[in-house]
Amino acid sequence: MTLLRHTPTEIKDRSALSINPAKTCQPVGAMYAALGIHGCLPHSHGSQGCCAYHRSALTRHYKEPVSAATSSFTEGASVFGGQANLLQAINNIFTVYEPDVIAVHTTCLSETIGDDVPQITEKARQEGKIPDGKFVVSASTPSYVGSHVTGFSNMVMGTLKGFAEKTGKKNGKVNIIPGFVEPSDMEEIKRLAAAMGVRTILFPDTSGVLNGPLTGEYKMFPDGGTTIEELRSTGDSIGTLALGEWASADGAKYLDSTHKVPCKILDLPIGLKATDRFIDALRLISGRHVTDLIAHERGQLVDVISDMHQYFYHKKVALVGDPDQVIALTEFLTSIDMCPVHIVTGTPGKKFEARIKEITADSPFPVNVKAHGDMFLLHQWIKNDPVDLLIGNTYCKYMARDEDTPLIRHGFPILDRVGHQYFPTVGYKGGLRLLEKILDALLTRIDRDAKEDQFELAM
Amino acid sequence: MTTIAKKKKIVQMDPTELMEDLLKKYPTKVARKRAKQIMVKEAEGAETPEMGANVRTIPGIITMRGCTYAGCKGVILGPTRDIVNITHGPIGCGFYSWLTRRNQTYTETDADENFMTYAFSTDMNENDIVFGGEKKLKQAIMEAYELFHPKAIAVFSTCPVGLIGDDVHAVAREMKEKLGINVFGFSCEGYKGVSQSAGHHIANNQIFKHVVGTKEEIKVGEFKINLLGEYNIGGDGFEIDRILDKCGITVISTFSGNSTYDQFATSHTADLNTVMCHRSINYVAEMMETKYGIPWIKVNFIGAEATAKSLRKIAQYFDSPKLTERVEAVIAEEMPTVKLAMDMVRPRTEGKTAMLFVGGSRAHHYQELFKELGMRTISAGYEFAHRDDYEGRHVIPEIKVDADSRNIEELEVEPCAESYNPRKTPEEIKNLEEAGFTFKEYAGMIPDMPTKSLVIDDLNQYEAEKLIEIMRPDIFCAGIKEKYSVQKLGIPLKQLHNYDIGGPYAGFKGAVNFYQDIDRMVNSRVWSYLKAPWQEKPELSATYVWE
Repeated sequence: MTLLRHTPTEIKDRSALSINPAKTCQPVGAMYAALGIHGCLPHSHGSQGCCAYHRSALTRHYKEPVSAATSSFTEGASVFGGQANLLQAINNIFTVYEPDVIAVHTTCLSETIGDDVPQITEKARQEGKIPDGKFVVSASTPSYVGSHVTGFSNMVMGTLKGFAEKTGKKNGKVNIIPGFVEPSDMEEIKRLAAAMGVRTILFPDTSGVLNGPLTGEYKMFPDGGTTIEELRSTGDSIGTLALGEWASADGAKYLDSTHKVPCKILDLPIGLKATDRFIDALRLISGRHVTDLIAHERGQLVDVISDMHQYFYHKKVALVGDPDQVIALTEFLTSIDMCPVHIVTGTPGKKFEARIKEITADSPFPVNVKAHGDMFLLHQWIKNDPVDLLIGNTYCKYMARDEDTPLIRHGFPILDRVGHQYFPTVGYKGGLRLLEKILDALLTRIDRDAKEDQFELAM
Repeated sequence: MTTIAKKKKIVQMDPTELMEDLLKKYPTKVARKRAKQIMVKEAEGAETPEMGANVRTIPGIITMRGCTYAGCKGVILGPTRDIVNITHGPIGCGFYSWLTRRNQTYTETDADENFMTYAFSTDMNENDIVFGGEKKLKQAIMEAYELFHPKAIAVFSTCPVGLIGDDVHAVAREMKEKLGINVFGFSCEGYKGVSQSAGHHIANNQIFKHVVGTKEEIKVGEFKINLLGEYNIGGDGFEIDRILDKCGITVISTFSGNSTYDQFATSHTADLNTVMCHRSINYVAEMMETKYGIPWIKVNFIGAEATAKSLRKIAQYFDSPKLTERVEAVIAEEMPTVKLAMDMVRPRTEGKTAMLFVGGSRAHHYQELFKELGMRTISAGYEFAHRDDYEGRHVIPEIKVDADSRNIEELEVEPCAESYNPRKTPEEIKNLEEAGFTFKEYAGMIPDMPTKSLVIDDLNQYEAEKLIEIMRPDIFCAGIKEKYSVQKLGIPLKQLHNYDIGGPYAGFKGAVNFYQDIDRMVNSRVWSYLKAPWQEKPELSATYVWE
């Protein structure tokens, strides 16, 4: 029985109906970013359904508690404005849950009615609803613009706007905005920088927040997260590395234009080449040498690529996910002679298609690429031109089963496996893990399909 | 806020004191509001105070609640496989309600329609907000029609739709005319009402108006019922169907687990409506009785005893010796397996305590299963139920609809000129009632709860932690948002929305599954690993003698 049996092979243009989206809406990205601030409670200024959905999505992905509050709009507030709701919420949150920071994001509801969150926050401050030493920051995150990645980017901006200061005294650190990646990736980025002796401020940082331990103690505000002190200090850093243009560039540019902290925008360091560029950028910005340890890890990655090359060569791959991830993955796959042929992101942005075309220019196969596309279209492409491997989030499992295609889960959300929160895919180590996953999927398939006489012991 | 797990269990704390403790930290106004939603169940016969329920959520309190769209699209219409459900709004609402509730569905062949694996949305953008989304919605309906040719298309409104004034009903009417298939809309904007509950009501109204009774196809069957408010989570509906089928009872339609459009359209041909989830579907039950003369009764297939009782109740209604005999035979056949499983597990669960905070019906139903395990419910409550679900339907005349819920439409229903047909004569009804049979009655959760237990409506994160810290239950039942914070405290959390990907839990087989799952959860070795050996015995003396 096929699960997506109504998806026809014939592709018709659709201008209005989105089917099986390859994105979700802004606020969940903002909620995720806010969880990367230490002592922060995310707050959703809208009706409570959004907040429940966003918390559930993140919880299903991480198998961890995700706390967030909401203004719980009623019909009255939706017509006359949500100021009273937000003022009450701020008071209740600081009294009952005692966070250091409330990071407010909005929804299509409060954006459509035009609530001015900074003004409401200012009113809360004047009315003494924000205790001394506590903060409220905010970002405008209309769900009808962009995607969850846009929401992440907007909350990064909102937080920097709320905290970044320039005292004129350099802190000797490098800011890194890691993009919409896993806590495990953030940990790996910090490890690499530390291995080079580069002092960094990583923001946001969900490691230790969304991959925490079980100890018999529940901390609504876990030990992880970028501290307020660090966030303030971002204005005094040597420079900012923004990893992933969609998720991180705006925040980095803000620090550049407002506090004269120069920035460099890089791809997510997924795979050999993008990690090379990241490490090199770290070297240049900090004046530190690349250590033997890192060179060793790089060599191991190249070693495995060469060892297992026969299994990668000219294998066709379909890819779907967030633009920063997909761009980096496309480059990685291309660099190991695999061939991404169908590439979709749900997030809008013209640059995406151009960039993918550039990376895949030498592909021996025709390449389909679409920004603001959906998984229905991707599935149709796959039906017309089957692939050897599919890489995407959990929703891809329906296509994978129907088309009997090996699937590697990557991106957001992964609802049916663990690992993403504990093991990185960025850096050389992450590259190794990705290779292991790719090989495991491909070799398992070869084993499954091999005839009796061709069933091999060693690969 | 940090709560440190306390190993010691406070076995008996006066619930009134506990209630005061819960309220202590709140700002005055909040404490006053919450006080109305937290009650101590008084002893049998003594009056439990009126339960505050179905009132607006306190902003910032970290509620478990969702919205009207979730109640309408996510809960009621989501499980129907052959309607193309289009979410009219930005992408989030459609994305989050895409396969996230475990409404299972079964089709015989690939030729049968099943759209449940798809998420359809108009994916509204800035332009649609500014210039209106009606044109895009029409086009989306058109595209859906051309791609899938479904029996029906339904449109679900989200928050901004109401604000910008898109008329989804006018669009639906126009497209229905144009395409010649049923197209209907739901004004289930997330801000309506105070919770998912408003969405149930809106869904009930529209399904009743646009689908129920639209097809005169008489299904064969001697004892024909509808199963209302059963969503086939984890296969619950399949198990109930199996049992009913074995008894010779024909299910005309299920609202709405494993359902099809035609089932709704022919549901008026059943002779009895049985209501599982009272909160979500009592509106349709009431309206069908008025319009078609089909009586309704409350049933409960959660718990082996409750299942047997419900089967007997259905048999009693049909008043057929043959059916009664069949039902007794099925119960006699099924019960030994259940009993065996219960006997195996009970020594390990007896005397343990449970807390249940689930939607609008399960916090009550599942107390049956815990009773069967010898476990005591020490606290329970709903996210969004109304007073009648807590106290029983007799309080309905006293319930005042407040300003936040006043705009939810109440349909005026009259007996149908062609199809009204009272299934029982007044005399038959009188006889049944004299024999102790109760029509259209639901006594609510509170009467079934143990004396001095705590009943809490719209429980929030703070209160959940407090309850656990003080009462240390052996298991806590709630949903995905609560699961991991509770488990961090060393208390297993059973999800009673998605069953932690387990189930079915309904019927006889379901009871066995549940016993085993609860046994595993409360007796798992994992809960003994929270402290490392060096934390249990921090003294270093041993190292000096290490060789």
